Amino acid sequence: MRFVDEYRDREKAQALAARIARHCEPGRRRGLMEICGGHTHTIYKHGIEGYLPPEVELVHGPGCPVCVIPMGRVDDAVWMAQQEGVILTSFGDLLRVPGGRGSFLDAKARGCDIRMVYSPLDALRVARENPHRRVVFMAIGFETTAPSTAMTVLRAAAEGIPNFSVFCNHVLVIPAMRAILAAPDLRIDGFIGPGHVSTVIGCEPYRFIAEEHRKPLVVSGFEPLDVLQSIEMLLAQLSEGRAAVENQYTRVVPWEGNPRALRAIDRVMEPRATFEWRGLGWIPDSALRLREEYAHLDAERLFELPQTRVPDPQACQCGEVLRGAIKPWECRVFGTACTPERPIGTCMVSSEGACAAYYNFGRFQRRRLREAAPA
Amino acid sequence: MSERSEDDVLERIDRIRRRPARVADERITLAHGSGGRATHSLIDAVFLDAFRNPLLEPLEDQAIFTAGGARLAFTTDTFVVSPLFFPGGDIGDLAVNGTVNDLAVSGARPLYLSAGFVLEEGFPVADLRRVVASMAAAARRAGVQVVTGDTKVVQRGKADSCFINTAGVGLLERPVRLSAAAAQPGDRVIVSGPIGDHGITVMLARGELGISAELSSDTAPLTELVGLLLDAAPATRFIRDATRGGVATICNELALASEVAVVLDEGAIPVRPEVRGASEILGIDPLYVACEGRFVAVVPAEQADAAARALRSHPQGEAAAVIGRVEGDPAAMVLVDTEFGGQRIVDMLVGDQLPRIC
Repeated sequence: MRFVDEYRDREKAQALAARIARHCEPGRRRGLMEICGGHTHTIYKHGIEGYLPPEVELVHGPGCPVCVIPMGRVDDAVWMAQQEGVILTSFGDLLRVPGGRGSFLDAKARGCDIRMVYSPLDALRVARENPHRRVVFMAIGFETTAPSTAMTVLRAAAEGIPNFSVFCNHVLVIPAMRAILAAPDLRIDGFIGPGHVSTVIGCEPYRFIAEEHRKPLVVSGFEPLDVLQSIEMLLAQLSEGRAAVENQYTRVVPWEGNPRALRAIDRVMEPRATFEWRGLGWIPDSALRLREEYAHLDAERLFELPQTRVPDPQACQCGEVLRGAIKPWECRVFGTACTPERPIGTCMVSSEGACAAYYNFGRFQRRRLREAAPA
Repeated sequence: MSERSEDDVLERIDRIRRRPARVADERITLAHGSGGRATHSLIDAVFLDAFRNPLLEPLEDQAIFTAGGARLAFTTDTFVVSPLFFPGGDIGDLAVNGTVNDLAVSGARPLYLSAGFVLEEGFPVADLRRVVASMAAAARRAGVQVVTGDTKVVQRGKADSCFINTAGVGLLERPVRLSAAAAQPGDRVIVSGPIGDHGITVMLARGELGISAELSSDTAPLTELVGLLLDAAPATRFIRDATRGGVATICNELALASEVAVVLDEGAIPVRPEVRGASEILGIDPLYVACEGRFVAVVPAEQADAAARALRSHPQGEAAAVIGRVEGDPAAMVLVDTEFGGQRIVDMLVGDQLPRIC
């Protein structure tokens, strides 16, 4: 299949693997964090770790949109779904995310009208088709999905749809990276930068990572060769003692990002003073809310939300996993109390979550690699 | 940092995965109907627990028993597809072919079907006629007769237009004893055609995705193909049609029941470009997507080529392929060697495959 198979070529992968090995000094660990859950998924789905020498350790970052949703926000959404005449809409990934009192799937089983949509525009269509119901779209995601939420709000405002609102949970990648970089237990030498987010924000916002923290970042595509090449570019920088922002994903990501999408976000949304991230806690300026001008489309203003606060379960070490401080399997409850079937932490829910990816795809491969490696 | 080593953790996971299933949920959720792990837990912990008997216990897609000197296969299936009509078929075709195939994959010749209808108040009679005409045509094609039936009508909103249950009886004329527990290390895994056509067709037919493709459901009776396979590979261990949960789910059931590893070769698995394209866009894996006219078979290595050749001689089996092998270790696991040169686990799904956000 064109535009896919070219990026999954085995011979090219072997050539890259050889170059990667040449960049590594025996025994010198290189911790590379992929920010984005899409990369985590690619790494495990295609078995990329099999091409890496033992010195290279991939650390799975916080860029999985559903993984960072705090339980209280899920509970608030379920509370709205329980109100008379409400239809709650959201992306499929969210359906299984556990709140303090169960997931959307559980709420659906208790009679709530919760519908999966593929785009916020689908949610707007549900509102048009159900004029006597109140339709709430639970918007989540990084800068990747924020523009489509913004455009939907603009359209709802232009059409004057009275029964539609957005429960805005959009988060921003840069403040999350700042929080990770500030952690005392950081063991990361370089970053595989998010591809889709960067199509919107461009490469410039990452400059502080190279300049202030002296760590390289390479914006990467999502096919396995993209990721492998980005790892090669990072290791080349490290071995040459450089720290720069580079763009591997030039076929999709313009250096300056997408100004129109950024304008749409800015027109509709403004930063929140602070926002709670699952596992990472409260991070200032790290999320978006609707501007006052669109208050009539803002579910947080239209509903008197209980503003549920649910502390992360004590046993759950999602935060340490999201910061890369521990590997998924090092979590106290990984694979025992916390499984894809009964997730305690959000990292176990989405197929992009570090724990779910490791559990579902990587478990056995890791064992095989260690058995194959010389003692 | 934990004191445990990675190996300890992996071993503990394997132990936990083998524990008897339990259903902790207070209510049925859609995950219980997905064919994945939640469905299996429900079957084990609720149905099997109550009905336990030697014919049910193997949890094959049909029960095989002897009555009056004849070996009979008996099965049932219920159909709730939305939309009712989709390219390549409708709920009527599915209702006949689904039950015919559950009989055929045991090696039986399907004979007689029952049909039970649950109709929603307001359902157009013209649509019902169309569904029933499809059933009659599918029955003729499969060489079976619908010999008994039942109809119930429920109030508007209590069902989604039309649900159909069929049950079927078939006669085993061959001396075969196919079983999910019969696979042995060294065996080969065969699929009878391109995977995922039906599931992707129905997903696209719902019209929610804004994707269109020249694709139609693969719904078809498998009786002739199974016959060709068993003629060419009489020592065939196991055949199952890859419906809900797709090829991945069957391989997991096989790996569990036979205590073997199933290792698939990603590059050998036939997937139409349209199915691959839609799956890439949606972020789902065709290995888990339903088919309604494909089976997975396990045959001894020395009969694998003959089996694949025999299948390819039939128009329905043109794309049949050997897609993997059975190994002894790691038991109860399905792995896939990726085209990229890596390897990953293909686990039983917890619930439905959900499209990814970005």
